[in-house]
Amino acid sequence: MSSNQTDPSGSDPLRLQADVLIIGGGPSGAWAALAAAENGTKVVLADKGYLGTSGATAPSNTGTWCVAPGEDRAQIVERRWQRTAGLADPRWMLRCVDRAYENLLKLVEWGYPFPSEDDGKLYIANLRGPDYMAFMRRRVLLAGVTVLDQHPALELLSNGETVTGAAGVDRQRNRDWRVDAKAVVLATGGCAFHERILGATGLTGDGYLMAAEAGATLSGMEFTGKYTLAPHGSSLNKGLPFRWATFYREDGTEIINSDGEPLRNGIGEREKEIARAMIEAPVYARLDQAEPVLQDWLRQGQPNCFVPYSRMGIDPFKALFRVTFKAEGTVRGTGGIRLATSDCGTDVPGLYVAGDAASRENMTGAMSGGGAVNSSWAIASGWWSGQGASQFAKRHEQRSAFRSTSSPLGEAGLRPAGTTKPGLTAKNVIAAVQAEVLPLEKNYFRDGDRLEASRQKLDTLWSDVRHHLAGAGVDRYRAREAAAIAATGRWSLNASLARQESRGMHRRADFQSNDPAFTRPILVSGIDHIRVEAAEPVQHGKERAS
Amino acid sequence: MIEVISESRCIECDICVKVCPANVFDKTGGAPVIARQDDCQTCFLCEIYCPTDALYVAEYADGPVAITEAEVEERDLFGSYSRALGWKRGKPGGTQFDPTHRIRVAQV
Repeated sequence: MSSNQTDPSGSDPLRLQADVLIIGGGPSGAWAALAAAENGTKVVLADKGYLGTSGATAPSNTGTWCVAPGEDRAQIVERRWQRTAGLADPRWMLRCVDRAYENLLKLVEWGYPFPSEDDGKLYIANLRGPDYMAFMRRRVLLAGVTVLDQHPALELLSNGETVTGAAGVDRQRNRDWRVDAKAVVLATGGCAFHERILGATGLTGDGYLMAAEAGATLSGMEFTGKYTLAPHGSSLNKGLPFRWATFYREDGTEIINSDGEPLRNGIGEREKEIARAMIEAPVYARLDQAEPVLQDWLRQGQPNCFVPYSRMGIDPFKALFRVTFKAEGTVRGTGGIRLATSDCGTDVPGLYVAGDAASRENMTGAMSGGGAVNSSWAIASGWWSGQGASQFAKRHEQRSAFRSTSSPLGEAGLRPAGTTKPGLTAKNVIAAVQAEVLPLEKNYFRDGDRLEASRQKLDTLWSDVRHHLAGAGVDRYRAREAAAIAATGRWSLNASLARQESRGMHRRADFQSNDPAFTRPILVSGIDHIRVEAAEPVQHGKERAS
Repeated sequence: MIEVISESRCIECDICVKVCPANVFDKTGGAPVIARQDDCQTCFLCEIYCPTDALYVAEYADGPVAITEAEVEERDLFGSYSRALGWKRGKPGGTQFDPTHRIRVAQV
C-alpha cells in the first residue's frame, strides 16, 4: 500500500539512458516507438497508465480514415478538405492517408485479426480499441522497447539548446524516474479538462505544459468546443448510436426542430439544437430510428456502448433515457502543439509530437477529427515522429558528454514560487477550470464578454497555481495535471477571444459569420504571460483563390 | 465506476493492478483492493483483462452506486462485457467478427 507517499524521493530513483524517449502509450506513442526501434535506436516508452489500456482509443471502437492508393484518392481527400472549414492542408491530408494505409497493411502482415467483408476481403478501416492496443503492446515489446507502465512524466529536461529527456514518478513503487535521451516524442494526448469520459480522464494536457515550458508554440487551442452525447452520468461519449435517436422532454413529448419536425440524429447538423434544448431543460433520447437488423449490428459491434445499457436495465431502442453532452476539449477538438517540420518536430530542437498532443488543424481544420481522422493521424504522426526523433538522435550521438548540464524545466504545480496553500488542491483547481470551460452556455455557445470574464477568473486562479500549488511524493503528478488543465484552459480562452469570427466548432454569438481574414491558425505561447498571434494565412485556402 | 472485486472469483494475479490506466487498485497479501475509486474513468478494461471475471464496473461514472456482489452474480453481469466482445480468460478475441463496418455503411 502507499505508505511512502510523503517521501518526495521514495526509494532509489530509476535512471535510464535512451536515444529516444516516448512519453505516452496510446496508439501514436506505440507507432512512434515502433518507428524509432525500426530505425535502430534504443527506445524507452513511459506511460502514465499502461500501454494497452491508456488513452482514448483503448476502450473504444474506432474507424480509420482509410483511403487506398489509386486515382480517386486525391478526390476523396479534396472532398474531405471541403469539410474542414478552410484550415486544413491537403498536402498533409494526402501524406497522412498514405502513411496510415501503409501501416494498416503492416498490421495485416503482422497478423492483426481484422474482420472480413462478404467477399472475403479484410476490412481494415476499423480498429477495436482493446484488441488493437493489446496487439500494439506486444509489437512494441517484441521490437525491444523498454516500457515503463504507471510512470507519469512530470517535466522535460534540457541542456539549454535541445530537449535531453524527462523526469517523473513511478506511481506504484513510490520512486522518481529520469530518462536521459537524445530526443523526446510527446504522445501525451489532448486535454479533456478531466471530464469523466471513456479513456480521456487521464488526458490532462500534460504534454502541452511540458512543451510550452521548453518554448514550444501551440496552435488551434480555440477549437475545444466539441461535445458528444452520452447517457446521463455515464462515461460513454460515443456518438454513433445517436445517429438513430429521437429527442424528447422528460414527459415524453418530442422536441421539435427549427423546421417544425421532431428533433433527430444526434451527430448531424441538428447537434446545435440539441445543445440549446439541453441548456433549457433535461433532454431524453430513444434510439427509435434503428431498424431491427441495425439494432443487432449496434449491439454486437459497439458492446462498449450497449453493455452499459443492459447494466442500467434499459432497452435504448424502446425506452427513453436521459442524455448529456460530454465535453471533449482538444481530444476530439483540434488544438495542440504546433508542428514545425514534416517529421512532426516542434519549434524546440529534439522535441517531437504525435497524435492528439499535436495540433490537428492540418488534418481537420476547425472541425472535429474524432474517430477516423484522428485514428489515422495517430498512426501516421506516430510513425513520422518516431522516425524524426530517431534521426535527430543519430545526428546528435556525441551529445552524451554534455548530459550532466541538463536541467529540469518544470515549474507550475511542481516548483511553486511561494509556499503551498492547504486549501488549494488539485481537485479544487480542476473544478474551478471546469466551471469556465465545460458548460454548454459558455463553451459550446461562445460570446466575447463571457469569454473575457472566464479569462479573468482563470488568470486569478493561475496566479494561485503558480505561487502555491504543489503535491508531495507520487501525488506530485496530480498537482501537475491540475496545472496543465489550468494552463490549457487559459490558452483555449485566449485563442477563443482572438478568433473574432465563427468557424467550425468555434461558435461566437458576437461574431456569427465566417471571416476570410481568419483563414489562418491562431498561435499561443508562453505560460504566465500568454502571447497570441495570427499565423500566416493558409496558402491553399479556396477563399484566397477565389 | 469500479464497484466490486469478488474475493471468491479472484485468483490474486494482480493483473488489474498492473493494467488499470488510472491506477485504481492496490496490491495486498490477498485479493487487490479498490484504493482510489474516484480515479476510475469507467473504461471497463479491467473487467476484460481479468482472467476469472472477478471485477464489476457499474455504468455510472459520476460517483459510486450501491450494488453488491450478490446482485452482480444474480444478474449474470460478471464477465458480461468480455462475453460481448469475445475476450476469454483475460485474453483478446472476437474482433475478427466485429460487424461495425456494416454500421458505418448504414450510417451514411
